[in-house]
Amino acid sequence: MSRVKQRPERFIDEKGRRLDGRLPDEMRPVDIKVGVLSNADGSALVSYGKTKVYGPREPPQRFAILPDRASLFVRYHMAPFSTEERKSPAPTRREIELSKVVREALEPVVLSELFPRTAIEVYVEVLQSDGGTRTASVTAASAALADAGIPMKGLVAGVAVGKVDGVIVLDINEVEDNFGDADMPVAAAPDLGLITLFQLNGVMTIDEMQRGIDMALKAISYIVEKEKEALKGSIEVEAE
Amino acid sequence: MSYTPYRLPVVSRVKSESLINMLKRGLRSDQRDLVSPRNITIEVGVIEKANGSALVKLGKTQVLVGIKIEPGKPFPDTPDEGVLQVNSELVPMASPVFEPGPPDENAIELARVIDRSLRDPKAIDLKSLVIRPGEKAWVVWVDVYVLDYDGNYFDASMLGVMAALMNTKLPEYEETESGELIVHRDKLTTPLKLNKRVVLVTTAKIGDYIVVDPNLDEELIADARLTLAFDEEGNVVGAQKSSIGGYTRSELSRAIEVSRKASQIYFKLLDQALQLGKQAG
Repeated sequence: MSRVKQRPERFIDEKGRRLDGRLPDEMRPVDIKVGVLSNADGSALVSYGKTKVYGPREPPQRFAILPDRASLFVRYHMAPFSTEERKSPAPTRREIELSKVVREALEPVVLSELFPRTAIEVYVEVLQSDGGTRTASVTAASAALADAGIPMKGLVAGVAVGKVDGVIVLDINEVEDNFGDADMPVAAAPDLGLITLFQLNGVMTIDEMQRGIDMALKAISYIVEKEKEALKGSIEVEAE
Repeated sequence: MSYTPYRLPVVSRVKSESLINMLKRGLRSDQRDLVSPRNITIEVGVIEKANGSALVKLGKTQVLVGIKIEPGKPFPDTPDEGVLQVNSELVPMASPVFEPGPPDENAIELARVIDRSLRDPKAIDLKSLVIRPGEKAWVVWVDVYVLDYDGNYFDASMLGVMAALMNTKLPEYEETESGELIVHRDKLTTPLKLNKRVVLVTTAKIGDYIVVDPNLDEELIADARLTLAFDEEGNVVGAQKSSIGGYTRSELSRAIEVSRKASQIYFKLLDQALQLGKQAG
């Protein structure tokens, strides 16, 4: 994990390697485990490098119920110890926005019309953050929803693409995010061919943006395969 | 906690189908083609007590933006820069779906999208706002008031923010021997320095169609919306997909291309509106 607090002189060395030794289009190791909690209906632990996340449980009836579908409740929250400086546990404006963005990334795939007047609650706790927490959150939430047996049209995963030293790079870490030129989180459901989360923080030309989207989508297909492996693995263990 | 919206008005199936049928013929309910925004009027300097202000009408959507410049302290990590603070209010009189109370996720999203779109391309010259590095600097408070909501408050708000910033003046001040600032709020002389102008362009995806500047009915039947921020060179300086649907890869490309073209229309309208405002004033 990179603990650089100042802007590095350069992000990419003469061999084309990034600060943590990766190539521009290289992901950090992705690890996905499902069924890690006993009280939740479904759960998942996801890490991209050092980003870790938990997800969901299901529904006490509440306000905000809809007559024709299930409501999706999502809370994205960062643990106080997840950041360099302790973060107050009270929800920040950033967390309120990201809760919305993560929810909207999941809405297109959950078959919510099968469960009118109910709620599906998804709690995401970022246990350690090193860049790309909202996209890891989408991946974790997707795996956890599937683990809970919630019917979905497809799995979703996310990854953040960035721009450092003018180069488009995949799965940016915290230093690349804080001191780079752009951060573009993307989430998609590859089996549906649907992009469900898309943001840009920073400056890019349209060409850079298009290349970044393609780079992200390729990585997302890979991450969704990892999700499927984790889910299949959990079923086999139960069958033993 | 974010939850699926539950207070949105329902658009009848008949209306929704007729809107989509019109789109097939390249038409919209308010006589526009798919790629044009609604009529825009911008009035600047509408609030005398603000350092800068603008009232924007984008069709029937109305947004008032006020800029206040107050003395404050630079952030520790940027001692040589002034401070930018963006807030937005979706006031209850603007729509039956807006509720009183502290800003909800939609208001926070609006403020943060505007904030990022100004901050990342360095639209405001924050370095020019330092009075004493690390100690004193001007704080630029941008407050966005959505007064009447007929869809697409993103684009209207950003036009208002840009018009208001271009019309913002810093107050004269004196420093006492003990280092206190005496601000002469009635003497507004120095214009706020801007590095570049930025507009937001929102498109909605309705079925197979991408429409620029959706009105409320179109937003309600849309599958998803995309808001892109552009500078005048055509660089993308911010993006936010919202609403509960998604985009295919080719739809996303189309939306980006349509939005880039529409950004030029917005810049032109911004110029025209400000020019007219000057003549009237």
